[in-house]
Amino acid sequence: MSTLTDTPKAAADAGETPARRRPRVDRLPYLLLLPCLAIIGVLLLWPLGQVVWMSFHRLNNVRQLRGDRAWPWVGLDNYVQILSDPFFRTVLRNTVLFAAANVVLTMILGTLVGLLLNRLSKRMATFVASCVMLAWATPALTGTIVWKWIFDDTSGLVTWLFNALPDGLSQALFGRTDWTGYGWFNSPLLFFTILTLVVVWHSFPFIAVSVLAGLKSVPSELHEAARVDGAGPWRVFWKVTFPLLRPVFGILIVLSTIWDFKVFTQQFVLAGGTQDRPTFMLSIYSYAEAFSPPPKYGLGAAIAVILTLILLVVTGLYVRMVLKQEEE
Amino acid sequence: MAGTTAPRASRRRRPAGRIALNTAGLLVAAFAAFPVYWMIATSLKPNQEIFSSTPRPVPAEPTLQHYRDILTGNLIPGVSFADFFLNSVLVAGATVLLSGLVALLAATAVARFRFKLRTSFLIMLLIVQMIPLEALVIPLFLMIQRLGLYNTLPSLILTYLGFSLPFAVWMLRGFVAAVPKELEEAAAIDGASRAQIFRKVLFPLVAPGLVATSIFSFITAWNELIFALTFINDQDRYTLPVAMTFFFGRDDTAWGPVMAASTIFTLPVIVFFLLVQRRMVSGLVAGAVKG
Repeated sequence: MSTLTDTPKAAADAGETPARRRPRVDRLPYLLLLPCLAIIGVLLLWPLGQVVWMSFHRLNNVRQLRGDRAWPWVGLDNYVQILSDPFFRTVLRNTVLFAAANVVLTMILGTLVGLLLNRLSKRMATFVASCVMLAWATPALTGTIVWKWIFDDTSGLVTWLFNALPDGLSQALFGRTDWTGYGWFNSPLLFFTILTLVVVWHSFPFIAVSVLAGLKSVPSELHEAARVDGAGPWRVFWKVTFPLLRPVFGILIVLSTIWDFKVFTQQFVLAGGTQDRPTFMLSIYSYAEAFSPPPKYGLGAAIAVILTLILLVVTGLYVRMVLKQEEE
Repeated sequence: MAGTTAPRASRRRRPAGRIALNTAGLLVAAFAAFPVYWMIATSLKPNQEIFSSTPRPVPAEPTLQHYRDILTGNLIPGVSFADFFLNSVLVAGATVLLSGLVALLAATAVARFRFKLRTSFLIMLLIVQMIPLEALVIPLFLMIQRLGLYNTLPSLILTYLGFSLPFAVWMLRGFVAAVPKELEEAAAIDGASRAQIFRKVLFPLVAPGLVATSIFSFITAWNELIFALTFINDQDRYTLPVAMTFFFGRDDTAWGPVMAASTIFTLPVIVFFLLVQRRMVSGLVAGAVKG
């Protein structure tokens, strides 16, 4: 890591006029940090504390938020209410299973594409990488809207594709031949499958590009040597590539986990709002409790705290990994 | 580079393997790029083509009608997409200016000085980047209510400033650190003041980094949906993402205009993103990828 030592100069300055110069040199970095610290403090850390504080109150009225009415303290009531609700278990299961499935799929697809890009000819690799970048650059909002259109029940591409299947085959496999009007988002399982498709489509490019960058830094002589020794691609990957890229994989897995735990926009758009309760995950559950009438801000805050606690554990891992790399 | 010639030669000897690799590459490219293509293609189709039972891969009679409808406000009486566009540009532009300025100061502090709380500050930056922002909707809604900013564009500017700042500082500190310190020292010897060094030496050299960071902040503000949906009530203050959610979700989604709006919304992001993606990768994996 680039260390920026100001010490020799500071010492020289101090030797000159110790009383005046020294504190000035010390204070400047803090002065430069001040606006940044103030903004992060007010807009991120204070609300974080506030959400914990709110989770201990009964807040069901927007006038309480404006400060017109008192906040009754209810202790752990919100948490007790949530944790004893069987629906919360459904939401938690949805969240964990969805995140796990998406992390695994994103990592596998991303790594495979990274390895592929590394082996393609230069022109082909540039072309494929550019296309992959398009998926990554597309905003979550519009990416999801397009997928929703592809799965439209009357004129969507997928509906057309299934209609184009030979009737006998379609009947044998799915028990129906006419797919027009089929509700692709109606069953939770199908909904989560499509949501997974959308999220993986959005997130595998980052993994692929990071893995590719890692591969470029691995001396190719190592792979050659392993191949000369008779190792197949599978063994070369696990015995040579993977150990060398272990730090990259560590960070990518942790980042993906954090992102997939808090998927919101894609779900909100695909479900068309916050009415589809069977497909709720923690972040949308929190939002719906707080903002769907009747508002339950306290309850929503408690759910948000639970989500934050889960992510804090994962973030701890991430910070440790990054710091370890910075030290090297 | 020399190391890559050997495997390339061995690949040339097996054409079957090459074809398999290229096919896989084309499949990946198609999977990644198809939705973007389909969005643009649909936006150019007249309604009878969009709602036909056999979709055409290429618009047979391309038309700009949907774009015209959206931008001139024929779609819904009294609602012009150009207004939403302007709101989004205002919010994202203000976010970029403010977060660029504040991030530059902070990045200079961590990249140029060694002080007691430096490491703590960097750790804090990493942690706040991971806060689930959706968890902050309720307390920020409270704050916006109390400040009397509910239903105003500044409520969004303020919120997005907080969201974009941590990563902006993280990204920019690399650019500041890359400016040779000797240049500043030389200027100091020539008698330049700290402010002059900052303005005349550091700032011009960091400018490209500032552009990259600004693009990141712009994309953050441009793409955001949930807070914009929660903090804004009046239709004429909607940002583009909020406006777009009002064009679908009903039974008779007007897919043509929706795809035209999506295209208008997406293209600047893609262009900007391609300019800075390298920086985003290195910022996110933070030193894990060397070289």
